[in-house]
Amino acid sequence: MEKVVIRDSGYRLKKATLLQVKRLTANEKFFELSLQDGSSLDHEPGQFIMVSLFGVGESPISVCSSPMKRDSFELCIRAVGKVTRSLHALKAGDEVGVRGPYGKGFPVNILAGNDLVIIAGGLGIAPLRSLITYVLDNRRDFGKVHILFGCKEPRDMLFRDELEHWSERADLHYACTVDRADPEWAGNVGVITTLIPGVDIEPSRTFAAVVGPPVMYNFVIKELLKKGVPGKQILLSFERNMACGNGKCGHCQIQNLYVCQDGPVFNYERIKNLSEAF
Amino acid sequence: MEENQYVILEKARFEDFISALSHMQKLVAPVSKGYRNYAFEEVASGSEIALRYIPTILPLKKYFMPQRETLLEFTFGKRSQAEAVVEYEPVTIFGAHTCDLAGIQCLNMVFSERPKDYNYLTRKGKVTLIGLECNEYCDDYASCHLVHASFPSGGYDLFFTDLGDYFMVHINTVSGEEIVRATGSFQKADTLHSNALRDLRNHKRKVFNNEVPIKTKLLPELFDVTFRAHVWTDLDARCLACGNCTNVCPTCYCFDIKDELDLSLQRGIRYRIWDSCQLEPFARVAGGINFRKDRAARQRHRYYRKFRYPVDRFARFFCTGCGRCTRTCMAGISLKETLGALIKESEDRVWKKWL
Repeated sequence: MEKVVIRDSGYRLKKATLLQVKRLTANEKFFELSLQDGSSLDHEPGQFIMVSLFGVGESPISVCSSPMKRDSFELCIRAVGKVTRSLHALKAGDEVGVRGPYGKGFPVNILAGNDLVIIAGGLGIAPLRSLITYVLDNRRDFGKVHILFGCKEPRDMLFRDELEHWSERADLHYACTVDRADPEWAGNVGVITTLIPGVDIEPSRTFAAVVGPPVMYNFVIKELLKKGVPGKQILLSFERNMACGNGKCGHCQIQNLYVCQDGPVFNYERIKNLSEAF
Repeated sequence: MEENQYVILEKARFEDFISALSHMQKLVAPVSKGYRNYAFEEVASGSEIALRYIPTILPLKKYFMPQRETLLEFTFGKRSQAEAVVEYEPVTIFGAHTCDLAGIQCLNMVFSERPKDYNYLTRKGKVTLIGLECNEYCDDYASCHLVHASFPSGGYDLFFTDLGDYFMVHINTVSGEEIVRATGSFQKADTLHSNALRDLRNHKRKVFNNEVPIKTKLLPELFDVTFRAHVWTDLDARCLACGNCTNVCPTCYCFDIKDELDLSLQRGIRYRIWDSCQLEPFARVAGGINFRKDRAARQRHRYYRKFRYPVDRFARFFCTGCGRCTRTCMAGISLKETLGALIKESEDRVWKKWL
């Protein structure tokens, strides 16, 4: 057996240094990284990367910062598996391997000029944060912007400071709800769908970007369709356990689509008839 | 047929040819393993080769994407280092049936699609393929005619057809031509030989028929209307989710990626290993949700990945009709029977619609 080193391999890694690690909740941590070769990650909002720790493995993680931020990028990671739990043990100055970005993100050029309803459930705020920060960085390119956020309990709330900041901004409408309140909670209580009827939108010029747990999609989509938002203008991002990111390994397949290459962002019209999608 | 592309090899010189071929680079060919089992293994002489054989236990994909292959080598230290690598071995494969050649053609399409997989493509560049025609059906499990894989249609360097005292050999590539020249065992083919080949092909056209009662071009349509068929529920009750069918399939290429540390903890490798969509955790995500939880959904996924999805993506079927999945299934799930049942169920539906 002969062996050669190849440059073109889809599995080649770039090394990235952790600039800061911050705990967000009991289960999620925030990571800011920069590539050691000085290059920019150059991702689209909604794309994901493969983060690897040698000897432990790789995990697909969506980028949660705006692509306008060139020197570094950010990840929000929940400790659920072997790789993510090991990532949680890292501290600033440590290094990880990175490849990507992969997939198709939110089509910002198509979204430009339209109104946006951004609906995030729980950890779904992570991929959507890249879109929200991008939109805020280019605020004048977009029409009205609504951000709806829901999570299980107030203590699960991610990016609390930023959410507060968004709620105070005059150029966007922000609403949030929790499934179960705690004594200090003064806001809405209920599932995220309860926020949708209250949003004042012009359906024909509104795009919705929805990311959350699979169970959330059906209910949110139903409400959006009820509001008159066309299926083509409802954008969803799917979570799958991608192993390769190159559209080969088969783990992320939904019928004939590979989420890692054809997605992770799809418009509802394209996937509405696919079973196995939700 | 273009006669200058054909040469003949007399059976008396077969041994010389194989011996010469095995001296050029590693040579593998079908070898009998007893109990009607065959496997591609390294050979040095013609007598080891099973010229009449039913499809081997594992298909040729093991030479193109090994069951386990290193993708990355890394070392720890003050700063960790990682390099992407390809492991390969120049090899000549003798005796590939048309179904297995079709399987490699499928894999070539998959791994050449962007983003390209250079691990596969590098290794493929080192493989010489010599085909061998099936003059008759291998056994009842085969359904190669249904998917247009019963006759040669490219994908080889040389293609052998057994015509009694000699092999008729089609030269398809320059490297095939080089083998013919370097081994020096071949003679020019004349009209007599090409007539014999034509007669065999005509005979085959009579013997080989669609093994399942459906026109090939209607297969995608059949799968369009049977996504919710009862057939899948039936498979759910029978399938053991062992993954044998996908392991032996010439066009199943799903894999998982894992890391392995050396005992020294100073270095390690990242490798990919064959995985199977039939196994329960395959489509499960970190939060615990499984998008193909039932065996019915997983079996259906396998069939759709052979007969429906690749038709859109690659304009061909990814079933080569080799019959391996049926031969190996412990629960007796038969590809031909499943297709037959789907046809029957879809007919019932059409019929009821008219009532």
